[in-house]
Amino acid sequence: MNDPRAHANGNLTEKRIDLMLIASLVEHGTRVLDIGCGNGELMELLVAERGVDARGLELSQQGVNACVARGLAVVQGNADTDLSYYPDRGFDTVILSQTLQATQRPKEVLQEMSRIGNKLIVSIPNFGHWRIRLALALRGRMPETQALSAKWYDTANIHLCSMLDLIDLCDTLSLRVETCLTVSNGKVHHSSGRPSARQNLMAELVVFELSH
Amino acid sequence: MLNQPTNRVGGYMTGHENSANGEHLVLENAQLTLDNGSVLEALTLAYRTYGQLNDDRSNAILICHALTGDHHPSGANPLTGRAGWWDNMVGAGKPIDTDKYFVICQNVVGGCAGSTGPSTLRADGTPYGLDFPVITIGDMVRAQNLLLDRLDIPDLFCVIGGSMGGMQVLQWAAAHGERVFSAIPIATSARHSSQNIAFHEVGRQAILADPDWHGGNYAAENTAPRKGLAVARMAAHITYLSEAALQRKFGRNLQDRDQLSYGFEADFQIESYLRHQGISFVDRFDANSYLYITRAMDYFDLAAEHGGTLAHAFANTKARFCVVSFTSDWLFPTSESIALVRALNAAGANVSFVEIDSDKGHDAFLLDEPEMAQTITGFLNAAALARGLSGARHE
Repeated sequence: MNDPRAHANGNLTEKRIDLMLIASLVEHGTRVLDIGCGNGELMELLVAERGVDARGLELSQQGVNACVARGLAVVQGNADTDLSYYPDRGFDTVILSQTLQATQRPKEVLQEMSRIGNKLIVSIPNFGHWRIRLALALRGRMPETQALSAKWYDTANIHLCSMLDLIDLCDTLSLRVETCLTVSNGKVHHSSGRPSARQNLMAELVVFELSH
Repeated sequence: MLNQPTNRVGGYMTGHENSANGEHLVLENAQLTLDNGSVLEALTLAYRTYGQLNDDRSNAILICHALTGDHHPSGANPLTGRAGWWDNMVGAGKPIDTDKYFVICQNVVGGCAGSTGPSTLRADGTPYGLDFPVITIGDMVRAQNLLLDRLDIPDLFCVIGGSMGGMQVLQWAAAHGERVFSAIPIATSARHSSQNIAFHEVGRQAILADPDWHGGNYAAENTAPRKGLAVARMAAHITYLSEAALQRKFGRNLQDRDQLSYGFEADFQIESYLRHQGISFVDRFDANSYLYITRAMDYFDLAAEHGGTLAHAFANTKARFCVVSFTSDWLFPTSESIALVRALNAAGANVSFVEIDSDKGHDAFLLDEPEMAQTITGFLNAAALARGLSGARHE
């Protein structure tokens, strides 16, 4: 989705963990929509490992071309404007992988996702992580981390939030947290239901499985 | 209209003899029931093939040509001696690779490059003229189905085309979906817009207003509505370009002069260019064919044929689609492709969609557009793998 640099964020291992965690939440043989599918890495993984019928939405022409060349069904479009084209309950699972923070209207995007799919999987870089808090508190500067490496004026991430902020929005939208997977220092923590304040402090990355 | 030697494949020969490269092949004595209810007897269909049909008869790609195209997308056109209209896309090692695929292109019914059309002579030696029945995109595609039957090809690996060719691609998927493994509609729409009908009407009225048209019987008068057809082409040609491309190519540059003539000569390069486009067109195209084929495009409305809901046209489709549009195409704008993609999504179809960044307008699909070539190459490779075609490889 949007700036290809957004996809280059984070090191490879972190990215892989993110994708593997999402894949672990997707059921076999289901219909999946990946919003902001980039070069199709996750979709290819889901097709190979989970045997899903995957569709993608991607903004960049480069990304779409890469997906089409991989044999993936991907439509060029924008999460903010083009989700309305998808029919109600068209998919079992709708995925938004590290893209929510780059959308213009995150609330509307989540609303559309819950209209289109039965299950939502949303991953975000957690702005509540202690290192980010510390950077702002001690240095008085916008944080730059491995996961958020662009300068403030250059970043595609215009709607950053902590995982608790996202939970608040889910409450507003009557979305229920089924599973919460967090990554901290390369380690995965699994919990069901709402995350704790401690998780919000420790998690660099979070993957939510949501239902409505 | 055709006087070059032809390799006649008449009647009911089986397909293998057709597998050799043929510049101008014809299928004769076909019969076609048309959408308007009439039946075209003694139908001739001109076509051309490239490459070899594989043993499974599973590697055929049908290329559908646009309004003024013909069945010579690649290689030299035997009539004009010039390169085929899609030579950059079709050939050995090119995106539509004739080393891997058996490529077929057929002149549409109603055309003037060898298939039966209004200029074809009837048994009594006179051309059809306006006695030719009004044909539709559906009729064109039914005629292509006849050819597949005669060539004994059960289904198409891919059907591809731009503009009116894209309409045929969509018609194939909607009406003969069981014979389509993959489909690439380019710079097209599921229905001709009001604006597009309006431009076509201007062109037709220019032809009809030419005294040399003679109510369509110009052949009997040994003349042709050259001025009317040239004006039709000039008006249409503007719609194939973009404002930016015209400005970049011609600007306000003067033609063969340093100052304005204060008259109505072709002062500007753009005027000279358009006049040339018009004049050269009348040498290769029949005015009545232009009337009939533009009409077929105007009548095209896939949703209307399916209860007003475009998604119903593609219900249960198994084909994989790759929809392509161009940013500067205002004749078949991206919004038309998005409406199509939306309907395909609603039908649960396997669809990809790319909008190519280009300032070359509608004509971009005929030109060297590397992003389009990459998209189509990638899509065909992936589809070939899915179909298990030998020679298919992972990129």
